Amino acid sequence: MTAVLTRAPVRSLEQQRGPWLTRTIALVLIAAATVAYLVFRGEPAAENTDAAAFRLFTDVRDWVDENRDTHPAFLFGMNYLRLGVRLLTESVSAALTGLGFAGLVAVAGAVSFVLAGWRYALLAVAGFLSFAVLGLWTESVATLSLTLSAVLLSVLIGVPLGVLAARVRWFGAAIRPVLDVMQILPAFAYLAPMTLLFLIGSPAAVVATLIYAVPVTIRITELGIAGVSPTAVEAAAAQGSTRWQLLVKVRLPMARPVLVLAVNQTIMMALSMVVVTALIDAPGLGENIIRALERVNVGAAFDAGLAIVIMAVVLDRVTTAASRRSPIGWRVSVPVLAAAAVVALLPIGDAVPRWSAAEPVNEITAWVELHWYDATEWLRNTVSTVLLNPLETVLTTTPWWLFTLVVVAIGFLAAGWRAALIAGAASAGIAGLGLWAHAMQTLATVLVGTALTLLIGAWAGVLCARHDRLATAVRPLLDAAQTMPSFVYLLPAVALFGASRFTAIVAAVIFAVPPVVRLVERGIRDVPSPVVEAAVSSGSTPRQLLWKVQLPLARPGLLLAANQGIVMVLGMVVVGGLVGAGALGYDVVAGFSQREDFGRGLAAGFAIVLLGILLDRLTPRKAEV
Amino acid sequence: MKKIPVIVVLGLLLGGCQGATSDAGGTPPPSAPANKGTVKLAINPWVGYEANAAVIEHLLETKLGYTVETKNLKEEISWQGFETGEVDAIVENWGHDDLKKTYITEKKVAVDAGPTGNTGTIGWYVPQWMADQYPDITDWNNLNKYADLFKTSESGGKGQFLAGDPSFVTNDEALIANLKLNYKVVFSGSEAAIIKAAQQANAQKKPLLFYFYEPQWLFAKEKYARVKLPEYKAGCDADPKKVACDYPDYVLDKVVSKKFADTGGAAYELVKNFKWTNDDQNLVSDYITNQGLSAEKAAEKWVAEHEATWKPWIPAGS
Repeated sequence: MTAVLTRAPVRSLEQQRGPWLTRTIALVLIAAATVAYLVFRGEPAAENTDAAAFRLFTDVRDWVDENRDTHPAFLFGMNYLRLGVRLLTESVSAALTGLGFAGLVAVAGAVSFVLAGWRYALLAVAGFLSFAVLGLWTESVATLSLTLSAVLLSVLIGVPLGVLAARVRWFGAAIRPVLDVMQILPAFAYLAPMTLLFLIGSPAAVVATLIYAVPVTIRITELGIAGVSPTAVEAAAAQGSTRWQLLVKVRLPMARPVLVLAVNQTIMMALSMVVVTALIDAPGLGENIIRALERVNVGAAFDAGLAIVIMAVVLDRVTTAASRRSPIGWRVSVPVLAAAAVVALLPIGDAVPRWSAAEPVNEITAWVELHWYDATEWLRNTVSTVLLNPLETVLTTTPWWLFTLVVVAIGFLAAGWRAALIAGAASAGIAGLGLWAHAMQTLATVLVGTALTLLIGAWAGVLCARHDRLATAVRPLLDAAQTMPSFVYLLPAVALFGASRFTAIVAAVIFAVPPVVRLVERGIRDVPSPVVEAAVSSGSTPRQLLWKVQLPLARPGLLLAANQGIVMVLGMVVVGGLVGAGALGYDVVAGFSQREDFGRGLAAGFAIVLLGILLDRLTPRKAEV
Repeated sequence: MKKIPVIVVLGLLLGGCQGATSDAGGTPPPSAPANKGTVKLAINPWVGYEANAAVIEHLLETKLGYTVETKNLKEEISWQGFETGEVDAIVENWGHDDLKKTYITEKKVAVDAGPTGNTGTIGWYVPQWMADQYPDITDWNNLNKYADLFKTSESGGKGQFLAGDPSFVTNDEALIANLKLNYKVVFSGSEAAIIKAAQQANAQKKPLLFYFYEPQWLFAKEKYARVKLPEYKAGCDADPKKVACDYPDYVLDKVVSKKFADTGGAAYELVKNFKWTNDDQNLVSDYITNQGLSAEKAAEKWVAEHEATWKPWIPAGS
């Protein structure tokens, strides 16, 4: 889902001094930290209800509420922005609904035909028809129009910025850390600030989605423009092209496949965020899922989830195919689009056969709940008492300064001094927000979730790397899983495990395993075959080959998997606040549902961001082998 | 945050404009009956609320010819909707004196539209089998004695107190702290999750202490015992952090946006006139939850059976 982007390699201590010394230092530090913990551990910090940060945020809220209709920043800034976005959203929505049922299906098919060919046109028509078959036409169109509005804005803003970042060195360098932070922000964390600035409704949802999706647009555009062959540019420059001509006639056309890929990734990001914005009153399929969560109605959520997956698959396949080929000429495309327009004008009803998976799914769920109750209860309690609770106790009883020191030390060993300082500052920042205990509870859940994700993901990745047929069979499953918005995963977990932290862990594992499987598989497959052959001919067993050759050589892939995995698990664990996972995620939910908790909710949002930065910096995305 | 679009939009719009207020550009207000408009009803996340809303929606659409748009929103978000024009009416409001002060008294974007006729109670409950087995458990003074029974994987060595949706009206955390109870609040996330836990506790004889409320269809099906907390006295819940008394009885009421009250015509009259009993609401809730009816079908069924109740709500001359 998230584009894999590398960062400049950092020279870590290991490269400077060799592995032996690093190991000794690590052992000494572990011993020192253990001793310090035993000496300084205290009672878990009492839950803070009135930290300075909470009061500050509540004051900000009150100020905004009071001045929303008087202060120039709102009168001439935010409110116009809101109106503008609203106008855009309403126009897109009016255009889509105006086409009518048959018209929209026909137009979707025609556009897919022009961009991607007839196979994809069939896919699009079938997909759009299925929204009506599921009885979710209106909701699907609402989700689609919010997504398209956000994508439109992302492209309008992101493509120029990406071009600028590729062409102007200082701008690229300045924007990179900002994008880094934006990409690890869990979607959940910035809903409350959005409602503060833009109130509830579609405009806030579109802006939140824009913030979530635009980093991907900028990054991929930058890659595409930077990747244009210099020879072609020089040739054109030699013929006397101006800079503007170079951009419009050479660079942009040559980067076209990558630009379409940027649009593709932006769409996928936007779609998953739009679903979450149902929490702040955005219409569409997300609303069905929230409602289903409230009713614990797995079947109803299944239908809505299915519609989202179908939409994601259609948009993904059509835009991916579009990036591989150029659109067909106007001689064919104009008549096709005209034909679709005619269909829109014909009085065709929307009578389609209805089908819903709700009832069978609910029956299966009820059966599982009844018969597996003891097993699921046992699993939940075991993981909670054996892993989660002890870890949580250690983390919450560690004084914040000791934790910060340990974070700095780990960061220094694993990723260099710069990362260590950033991670340390993030840790101190969390303490400053007054949410230490909750942050540590969330961290404990994230760590257990990540450990399980990596175990399962690495195991499945290794299997896929060794068995081609399994890999082929699993690939479509992984594709589908990665196009699904995080939210959907909560439901099966809730149905099985009730309201608990373990539920959040299960959802996070389902959410984060697919990319880990991919990265591990690719890491192992990328090990050069001569190395593997040499090891085999010198008599390695398959087990030795795996442990002594493939896994060590695949280390960069594995590290990247760990980094992606941990950030995704964090994102999901906080969403688990909706279903009893407590801690920071709950603070955020409470923040936008209870007025007096607003300050704490906003502080929790910031704490989640800081926790994300901390975890991201401690897991280097790229290691030199 | 995003500076660039702000500047762009500013640049585009500054030419000769006076600034936009937060409710500018909203959809036009629902107009008089002659030109039947749209009514936007907030749907808060519990089935009793949904019963009220479904019946009002059904009557507005079939008897008065309005279009009704429903929006699934949490309580406080719904109040914000009065300001943005996203919400015309909340049809079951539980107290919320702070919100009334902000939105009715100070901002003047909302007005009171009278009681729904339902009385709301909130309290702490245990399954009846526990009250039978441990007769003194229904007094809060003895709760610490039984804390061990309520331990779960989520309660960190204390007894678990199961709460609902974080947006519900609750004092539980303050109560536990101020009454020095050895319990921890665990949020199940929704009404449905509490109901499921309560039913399971009843069927499988598992201990459970939970937050619940009436009107509530479940009480008509299964027995639960209420735990007595220190008696409510007016003003004892004034400071949310210092509450050490039981929940008051709530006179549930309706709140509508100022705009809707001024221009909503017959639709507003109907919302204002709507008044029924806890039994009426429980009946519709039961249709929705246990008889597999959609909210619309449940409302249709109830309306068909209870003309005498709803007839007086329909404004004269429409």
